[in-house]
Amino acid sequence: MKILFKRIEKPDYKPDIKSYLKNSDFKALKKALRMKPEDILNEIKKSGLVGRGGAGFPTGLKWESAYKTQDFPKYVVCNADEGEPGTFKDRIILEKDPHSIIEAMIICAYTIKAKCGFIYIRGEYFKAYEVLKKAIKEVEAYGFLGENILDSNFSFKIFLYKGAGSYVCGEETALLDSLEGRKGQSRIKPPFPTFVGFKNKPTVLNNVETLANIPHIILKGGEWFSKIGSKNSPGTKLYCLSGDIKKPGVYELPTNVTLRDLIYKYAGGPKGKIKVILPGGVSSPVLLKKDLDVIMDYKEVEKKGSMLGSGAVIVINEKRCIVDINKRILDFFNYESCGRCAPCREGIKRAKEILEFISEAKADLSDLELLKELQEVLFDTSRCGLGQAALNCVRSSIDKFYEEFKEHIVEKRCKVGVCRVGR
Amino acid sequence: MKKITLTIDGKKVEVEKGVTILEAAKKAKINIPHLCYHENLSIYGACRVCVVEIKGRKRLEPSCATLAEEGMEVRTNTSRVRRARKLIVELLLATHPEDCFTCERSEDCELRKLAYELGIRDLRFKKARKYHYEVDFSSPAIIRDPNKCILCSRCVRVCSEIQGVGAIEFANRSDKTQVLTFFNEGINNSECVTCGQCILSCPTGALREKTEIDKVWQVLSDSEKFVIVQTAPAVRSAIGEEFAMGAGSLVTGKMASALRRLGFDKTFDTQFGADLTIMEEAYELIERIKNKGALPIITSCSPGWIKYLEHFYPELRSHLSTCKSPQQMFGAIAKTYYAQKLNIDPRNLVVISIMPCTAKKFEARRPEMCSAFYYWKEKLGLKEEDKFFDVDFVLTTREAARMIKEAGIDFVNLEEEDFDEPLGISTGAGVIFGATGGVMEAALRTAYEVVTGKTLERIDFEEVRGMEKIKKAEIVLDGMKLKVAVTHSLSGARIILEEIKQKKSSYHFIEVMACPGGCLGGGGQPLPTNDEVRRLRAKSLYIEDKNKHLRKSHQNPAIKKLYEEFLGKPLSSLSHHLLHTSYVERGRY
Repeated sequence: MKILFKRIEKPDYKPDIKSYLKNSDFKALKKALRMKPEDILNEIKKSGLVGRGGAGFPTGLKWESAYKTQDFPKYVVCNADEGEPGTFKDRIILEKDPHSIIEAMIICAYTIKAKCGFIYIRGEYFKAYEVLKKAIKEVEAYGFLGENILDSNFSFKIFLYKGAGSYVCGEETALLDSLEGRKGQSRIKPPFPTFVGFKNKPTVLNNVETLANIPHIILKGGEWFSKIGSKNSPGTKLYCLSGDIKKPGVYELPTNVTLRDLIYKYAGGPKGKIKVILPGGVSSPVLLKKDLDVIMDYKEVEKKGSMLGSGAVIVINEKRCIVDINKRILDFFNYESCGRCAPCREGIKRAKEILEFISEAKADLSDLELLKELQEVLFDTSRCGLGQAALNCVRSSIDKFYEEFKEHIVEKRCKVGVCRVGR
Repeated sequence: MKKITLTIDGKKVEVEKGVTILEAAKKAKINIPHLCYHENLSIYGACRVCVVEIKGRKRLEPSCATLAEEGMEVRTNTSRVRRARKLIVELLLATHPEDCFTCERSEDCELRKLAYELGIRDLRFKKARKYHYEVDFSSPAIIRDPNKCILCSRCVRVCSEIQGVGAIEFANRSDKTQVLTFFNEGINNSECVTCGQCILSCPTGALREKTEIDKVWQVLSDSEKFVIVQTAPAVRSAIGEEFAMGAGSLVTGKMASALRRLGFDKTFDTQFGADLTIMEEAYELIERIKNKGALPIITSCSPGWIKYLEHFYPELRSHLSTCKSPQQMFGAIAKTYYAQKLNIDPRNLVVISIMPCTAKKFEARRPEMCSAFYYWKEKLGLKEEDKFFDVDFVLTTREAARMIKEAGIDFVNLEEEDFDEPLGISTGAGVIFGATGGVMEAALRTAYEVVTGKTLERIDFEEVRGMEKIKKAEIVLDGMKLKVAVTHSLSGARIILEEIKQKKSSYHFIEVMACPGGCLGGGGQPLPTNDEVRRLRAKSLYIEDKNKHLRKSHQNPAIKKLYEEFLGKPLSSLSHHLLHTSYVERGRY
């Protein structure tokens, strides 16, 4: 069952307006413009679609909140700042089916009564940027964007904005600050962007994959969508498989797929023996082989003590050292912390240092307790998701691989021979 | 306003809607520790020290940034909260230099106090310690030590929000985050006006004044030098705080006595300079009105304010009074009139000032502040390389207090003494220079009597006193309605200047002070300097004014004598050489 990749996987499908017109003809938009905003909201709510960026917030509720806020102008923002390590799904849609995102944004704008929208795209997505730029021009030229769209009295414009390479700008409020021309740093929530967003006006921010689902829901109805995949978070999901896996790539599958099927049935199985799996990128706590039967939707993965996040499934085999993996992950977070709040800025740096000490046999066992305390306090006090989740992986690794950490510290030995301990 | 009720630590608290948990707790007499929160600044929510537990919330929430809600149940003192606070402060200490013994801010460091109060007795991150940033010594007034910075943004916010200057901003990210000037060119190569409000707002020793204590000790022990000291009005109602006396304690007599103990040959008063400033400025105002000169005329006593205008509104320089500040008038008169009177070589006369201000250090080093040198140049056959400044060294209130402590003087129990004559004689008009509105009030007292020839009945101009950002008044002078305005803080000055720029200003005379509250809230004043402290210091100054026998500058007998014996009359040619100055255009960076 494929929704988003159906068109893309056709051999002759190209990211130009002719292909899009032939395959979709903006039917969803045409239909939406004849619907009342309330009816659109109802369909989205009925579909059970939840945000695909990582937090899993119900899209219908988000739109409704912005719709109900009586403060104008309102804005629609597509979050295309895909930056979580191991995530490369939005890029495919952006490069191969950009018009679907534009169509979805127009529908959203029509629903909440916005006149202006932005696509905030990751700075390194050079190709996607060019494709989108062209797509926006095409859609404008064909009269689906701009003044008085399809004689509906509704006007909407989309601006494309390139990020400058900061991971934290994927966080919605940091993205808004960056979009306004400031340094990308998270804002204090509440208020949420649907009330106080871009330039302090109501703003709907949706991930690329979330938006890509919208035209299909409008066309085929919320009920149709709600019956696909798992009950908790219906639909399909784009899972990104990477790491020690035979066939890495993006797989679109219904959300009731198990992790086992994802790895063995679709991605060709692991390279070597599985040690851990990160089901939702480097912010997610690790899963073990025994967790393979988990259903890959937001709630079920959470029940296993982890999170689905953006769906970046990273498989790691037994030849790798758990200390080393975490050291690399913290290198990333330490580099990407915006530096504003003290726990995230200072805490990640110290945690990273402790891991370095462990890998160099300069740590003692109390340092593991300190790492745990750091994780708990960072979760409790960091200003945004970056700091709150940065030590998730480390914490779960210590809980599940205590012996391996202990071996490094007490026996000064890295049994897989990755760390420099004892050398 | 709608009222809401919440529970904090089991205590019911009623507050207005829109109040934060931190403010609500304060009302309930519950002190929530904090670092980046500051009562006069916007909410930044970055230190996370003020976190609290709220029933039903997954995480701890910053109380400074979370609004109180009806029925909310807040706990500020749980083991989870205490552990979080402690760890965060421990993290801040992990990269903080361990030089508390020798740190300038040893006594008033909020970080050190917090670490102590939170019971941090063990630093678990000590392996990580390293300090690698260069200290910025570029400014004549302010030193920035990024190694001691905890990135709370209070300096950044005070500079942009209160002062509207924005000389410093955050640069870089993550653990490389730093407060920097534009392109890291050093604070002296920025729009920094050296007001020192950043020093007052800094919780640690990352910002401090450039001290000249050692140089002052040196001249004091040099028998060849005749060292005189002048103290600004705002110092007398603040310096007592450094000796654990109550905020705003008026200690004029003890201060004069302490300075004498330090070894100054003569202890004088900047208020003499203030009275002189009023003479010149009141006449300048009258002259500009008569001759249709540039109006409004704006006061020029506050060097931070002058530098601000030179950076941001240089095209409005003609509106500034050409009068030097009291400090500089004092210096010029001391090294000419007074030196002549005593028959001392002006090169051996050293003028030290004690100021509530860091910008005064900058002012004293302005190249044009060498009037006495040019007065003597021909008379004594001096060469350019002999050039000396009118004021040699400037100490802040804090530095003066440190010297008194270093000398082992029991300040609190000192006998009160008077200033020396003649440059220690002043009127009540000179005293109130230290508070916002004071220069205006003092000028009006004199201008009224000069213009009308009548005695001013109501001497207190209440409408220009107080802490309101912009104060306005109208005074009838010989049939003419004189419109005046007073502002303090440079964000207030910006409003006034924009009006002038857009030709919408209807004022004749404007007083601007760079610091909130005027000089009494200056960047060189004791810590803490907050709203309450500023109010108390102002109160003391107005009391001193009231108690003075003479309250109008033109009544000052020493000033009268100075004009008789030396200057001639206000705005005379000699006055122009010694007491007036010019301004420059400083660009933007």
